[in-house]
Amino acid sequence: MTLLDSNTSIVVFHDAAVRRGGNLIWSNGTFSIPTGTISAIVGSNGAGKTTLLNVELGLLPLTQGEVMVLGKPAGVMNHSLGYVPQDYASDIDSNITAEQSVELGLYGSRFGWHRLTKKDKDKIHWALLHAGIADKAKYRLSEMSGGMRQRVAIAQALVAEPALLLLDEPMANLDIAGQRDLADTLSLINSELHVTIQIVAHDINVLLPILDGAIYLLDRHPHYSALSDVMDNDLLTHLYGTEVEVISTPQGEMFIRPDPAVRHHAPASHFHVPSSQQDPEYVMTSARKNNNE
Amino acid sequence: MNSTVAFTFDPNWQVILGSTFMVRAMIAGVLISLSAGVIGYFVIARKSTFAAHAVAHIGIPGATGAVLLGLPVSLGMGVFALAGSLVIGILGKKASKREVATGTILAFALGLGLMLARLSTAASQQLQSILFGSILTVTNSQLITFLIFDVLLLIITAVIYRPLLFTSVDEQVAQAKGLHTQALNLVFMALLAGSVTIAVQAVGTLLIFALLITPSASANAIARSPRSAILLSTVICFVSIMLGLLFSAMFPTPPSFAIVTVSTIIWCVTQVVTRSKR
Repeated sequence: MTLLDSNTSIVVFHDAAVRRGGNLIWSNGTFSIPTGTISAIVGSNGAGKTTLLNVELGLLPLTQGEVMVLGKPAGVMNHSLGYVPQDYASDIDSNITAEQSVELGLYGSRFGWHRLTKKDKDKIHWALLHAGIADKAKYRLSEMSGGMRQRVAIAQALVAEPALLLLDEPMANLDIAGQRDLADTLSLINSELHVTIQIVAHDINVLLPILDGAIYLLDRHPHYSALSDVMDNDLLTHLYGTEVEVISTPQGEMFIRPDPAVRHHAPASHFHVPSSQQDPEYVMTSARKNNNE
Repeated sequence: MNSTVAFTFDPNWQVILGSTFMVRAMIAGVLISLSAGVIGYFVIARKSTFAAHAVAHIGIPGATGAVLLGLPVSLGMGVFALAGSLVIGILGKKASKREVATGTILAFALGLGLMLARLSTAASQQLQSILFGSILTVTNSQLITFLIFDVLLLIITAVIYRPLLFTSVDEQVAQAKGLHTQALNLVFMALLAGSVTIAVQAVGTLLIFALLITPSASANAIARSPRSAILLSTVICFVSIMLGLLFSAMFPTPPSFAIVTVSTIIWCVTQVVTRSKR
């Protein structure tokens, strides 16, 4: 890896391959992710999206090749990484509050005694504010909804001032309004705090307005492309294993939907667009609604 | 055999309270509360209540075996509880994965404890105090052991407090932040084994839940932070033991029963209060 790569690329995969329990998950991963971007990690179920996150976190060893994160082998720079799991503290039995949980993002991995300074407290508030959950700072995690806990997890990640934020299926349990709000929050975190973001996503429609590119897991190989290259009918059809097409609205918005021409032959999909309604605006909201099921 | 029920107030209760065995029991109460308050919070936060219950029972064959060999009961109990807790710890933090294995080991250990107790009259005489506790027979050397364990427990907990809390809240995130969650879990399980071993002296293996976990559950319902929950559960545990001892001095009830009753009443009150607040 050259020095130039580490200056412009936050994550660099070089011929990376992973096996789990003797099965090849994916291989020949050679790509780099530009610093400062927002990218989605997409692929069909079982393609190894979460595995890819775990590799970047250094929690899973590679069977081949190397993965550099922030210029060091994966796992070394984890203090500069923020990780937001799919169901943060979903089965919590502790009485911990949102702000106390964020405090763990600051000192949770340090042993010994640490007194919280005024500066620390300000920082915790700052993180809660950027995650959009400052009004619930005193709530217990056990009293919060999944969407609120997720924002606490984002604040907990932000408080350590990460260079890279990794989110595992953050949209999975949110309603449409919640998904849009979260996309806006992530976009602000990216632009204002200069945090590079990677989002594991089943469906990228709600993320399209904020994405710069995508890592896609195709035929057991991970690739990275700028968004304009990913928005390709053939590629996405291959990726999802069902006919899909990319639509551009007159307003310049793009979205992905199943190809209505073949929808009767396509395997069961969570998209369902009534053929009588071909107005793009209707299709877009309809697709979003259905994604949320 | 006298089968009449005698439940009368003892007018000499103040004399009983001042006796040496009662004073030793109260000191034991302080030392047990200190460890139970700290460990209880994390037992609940880590969803390890069944593990705590099991560790106490796994200690039984150690205790009865120790009597057979003429060794201190607490030593046998402690060694078996430690071994059991480490095995449970290796099974992983995810309760669902380990509950069947834990329960199976628990049942086998209990059977083995009974078998060993049958081998000698001394051991079978001890069995009841192992199962239900005998805080009034605590010795000075036991108190010193309790004190040493408490000091160790408080020092270790002070050092690992935040990482332990971090892994209790969300193991995945803690792991992503570079914490060795399995090592922390084993340290915690070892501390749990120690706390169980000394708390068994007060209420026995069968009632330990009420002393190790119930006060923490009460505190959890009220306290607004992990640290205050730990402090409050220590206080509740202490109050339970003291009121229990007082009650057992006044009336002919076993201290174990009185202690467990106070702890249970406090728990009921906290549950009603927090429910009605919502």
